[in-house]
Amino acid sequence: MAEFLQFCASGLTVGAVYALVALGFTIIYNASDVVNFAQGEFVMIGGMTTVFATAAGVPLPAAVLIAILAAMAIGLLLHRLAIEPARGASPVTLIIITIGASIFLRGLAQIVFDKQFHSLPSFSGDTPINIGGALVLPQSFWVLGGALVIVIALWAFFNRTVIGKAVLATAANRLAARLVGINTSFVIGLSFVLSAAIGAIAGILVTPITLTSYDIGTLLALKGFAAAMLGGMGNPIGAIIGGLLVGLLEAFGAGYISSTYKDAMAFIVILAVLFVMPCGLLGRASVERV
Amino acid sequence: MRKLMSNRLVVPAFLALLVVALAFVMPSNFYFRVAALVWISALAVIGLNLLMGFAGQVSLGHAGFFGLGAYSVAILPAQFGLHPVIALIAGAAGCALLAFVVGRPILRLKGHYLAVATLGFGILVSMVISNEAWLTGGPDGMPVSRLTLFGWRARGADTWYWITGGLMVVGALLAVNLVASPTGRALRALHDSEVAARVVGVDVARYKLIVFVISAIYASVAGSALALVNGFITPDAAGFLHSIQLVTMVVLGGMGSILGSVVGAAVLVVLPQVLTVFHEYEHLMLGFMMMAFMILLRSGIVPSLSTLIAGRRA
Amino acid sequence: MSVIKVEEIGISFGGVKAVDHVSFCVNEGDVFSIIGPNGAGKTTLFNLVSGVYQPKFGKVFLEGADVTGLEPQVLARRGLSRTFQNLQVFFRMTARENVMVGRHLKEERGLLAHLLALPATARQNRESAASADVYLERVGLGAYADTPASAMPYGALKRLEIARALAAEPKVLLLDEPAAGCNAVETEEIEKLVRKIADEGTTVVLVEHDMKMVMRISDRVHVLEFGKTLAEGTAEEVRTHPKVIEAYLGTHGSKEAAVALG
Repeated sequence: MAEFLQFCASGLTVGAVYALVALGFTIIYNASDVVNFAQGEFVMIGGMTTVFATAAGVPLPAAVLIAILAAMAIGLLLHRLAIEPARGASPVTLIIITIGASIFLRGLAQIVFDKQFHSLPSFSGDTPINIGGALVLPQSFWVLGGALVIVIALWAFFNRTVIGKAVLATAANRLAARLVGINTSFVIGLSFVLSAAIGAIAGILVTPITLTSYDIGTLLALKGFAAAMLGGMGNPIGAIIGGLLVGLLEAFGAGYISSTYKDAMAFIVILAVLFVMPCGLLGRASVERV
Repeated sequence: MRKLMSNRLVVPAFLALLVVALAFVMPSNFYFRVAALVWISALAVIGLNLLMGFAGQVSLGHAGFFGLGAYSVAILPAQFGLHPVIALIAGAAGCALLAFVVGRPILRLKGHYLAVATLGFGILVSMVISNEAWLTGGPDGMPVSRLTLFGWRARGADTWYWITGGLMVVGALLAVNLVASPTGRALRALHDSEVAARVVGVDVARYKLIVFVISAIYASVAGSALALVNGFITPDAAGFLHSIQLVTMVVLGGMGSILGSVVGAAVLVVLPQVLTVFHEYEHLMLGFMMMAFMILLRSGIVPSLSTLIAGRRA
Repeated sequence: MSVIKVEEIGISFGGVKAVDHVSFCVNEGDVFSIIGPNGAGKTTLFNLVSGVYQPKFGKVFLEGADVTGLEPQVLARRGLSRTFQNLQVFFRMTARENVMVGRHLKEERGLLAHLLALPATARQNRESAASADVYLERVGLGAYADTPASAMPYGALKRLEIARALAAEPKVLLLDEPAAGCNAVETEEIEKLVRKIADEGTTVVLVEHDMKMVMRISDRVHVLEFGKTLAEGTAEEVRTHPKVIEAYLGTHGSKEAAVALG
């Protein structure tokens, strides 16, 4: 039982990070139909910037702020310099562009930062908390709590603010949104900035547990993409469920079966699910109109 | 003249001439080696272009088949004493079988679901290769024994230039034949409208599977060739980034253009060789170039150029 | 004998019954038209009959055999082909190649022969191209043979779809609004073409908004409203049917259609 709870705790912690990455995918995809494979790099930028800012003597809260702002700026630049000029290109072309951006950002990080692994001190110490025999790190609560706060804040943003509703309207129908006077280019840019911030926060929160380095982005992006598709592309609830599910399956797979194929879990699950449900767990099959 | 240009054999004939002509101007073994790498990538890209450019089905996991082809000429001779040529054929047959089995459920998917499924497939293959170190040497890779044919050993870069160039030309020839055949028309038709193809009797699922299997065989043979040329193979050959490189070569050269496949392969094989002079800025430059190419040449080099030329003439 | 028979067929999308217990029979060589206001379920009915959608209930018989739920490519093999309201043209191919795809079922399918371009494949290509040209001539598109479909005008693409469907030599041809978006001259040409197709023995099922054309060429007319059958009969019977007049003159129908009904 204690073992089971232990796997649950570690699975949910990692799963929360996947869920945030998947949420970032979903926000950008809904606004622009772009699958942003540079999503993992935002996580890396969040963690690495905080590490290097604190090492330079900046107090942690300020370092966190700098890191989030840095990621948001890069998200905006990514949209303005790479996505906007390629408007109207095929989905495959856009995928290549975002993968190019991911390689570019990784290359940038290895120059600006370095190629080492880095950690941050835990926010509330390292004394594990005993829950039913499972030892849970305090930082795990930071990750889960942070994810929860982000989800609630996003919900409020999309449902309670005019700008949020404009984003939803753009997601529902871009042409109609433009016709009622919504600046869709601004909305798409905003979705990149928002996703970048979410990714950066995830990266900052999880770095004390999983460490960070310039190249953690790729695998995170791939798993986040798989998690987003697992729930059904474009569905934010699906993205969160997909992310948590991948995290839990990795933890249980590594604990009960074999840790060798821990990283494979996300892809085994996505293939198994898509073979049975071609539009993901919560996705609805669309009727072909001819 | 126009009739001659529209003949489907023009492209393979041109490629054959190119292979022969380039051989005379190669200044050193290093260039022969790079050219051989271009021909190998081009072979895989021609196959992938049949799938993506003609049938319109994206695959973000084709390096999986490439890697399996590469490791079959490494493992089968080492473990079972098979001749490398037999190992290459066995690898291609194995990839064809694997593509046949996974292809049916995967190819039912559309759009980004197809992308994530092929991506997942490719990553799983590369993870198995990395993790089963007892068989594959793990992340460090494994050596590949040299190819010997009737007592003659293929070793020099120029020898491999000819072998891989020959393979590439044969691959291009088979591809243009296929495109101009009833099967090719069915593939191009389902790219534009699956439902319209179906109502005139095209079994869309079957044709998608056929072209998926064919493209897997191309990738596998190319992978085997790379392993034999290098004499060494690492899991990177099957990795996600290699899959993306292959896709980028297809799109950069031009979807649905056999000549474009070779051009795309040439650019992306030669470019990193050039970029090594940038040392630590290498990734930065590669990522930048990928973005710049796709933004500026989104319909691909060869189609963009032919539109330009056609525009001049008119 | 009825070539195609539809029994109590239906489907619903998200609780809305798009087609609800519709039945009809079509005799060999007839032109059978399905009319109704926009959203009446005409195209959905076509999608059910041609296998694009799976019916939730009901049955479809082709030449007496139950073909309910069979896929479009299987139905094509059995002699049923169709065109589409929203163009489904192979835009990356020439007009000739589009129609050559229509010959698919008549072509040799040896993959190895195709890869190696054996003489048999070359002969096959020539045969398909030759018959494609015949069908292009038949719909009046002979001049467009080598033109990429993407460069052809809308009216020509409508006829290209007909040529492609004809090339499959169907016994039953489903035409979904062949004259939509065409001018008067083009509409007249399409009307002549449909008549000729039926006269040569191919059964035609037609969905069309141009009432004058429907009334002139139909042997029988089936009227749908809200997914249900409203009336069926000869053109004259339908034209004078009180319910049909009400549907077209009433709140749901368009004025133009009312005028067209006469």
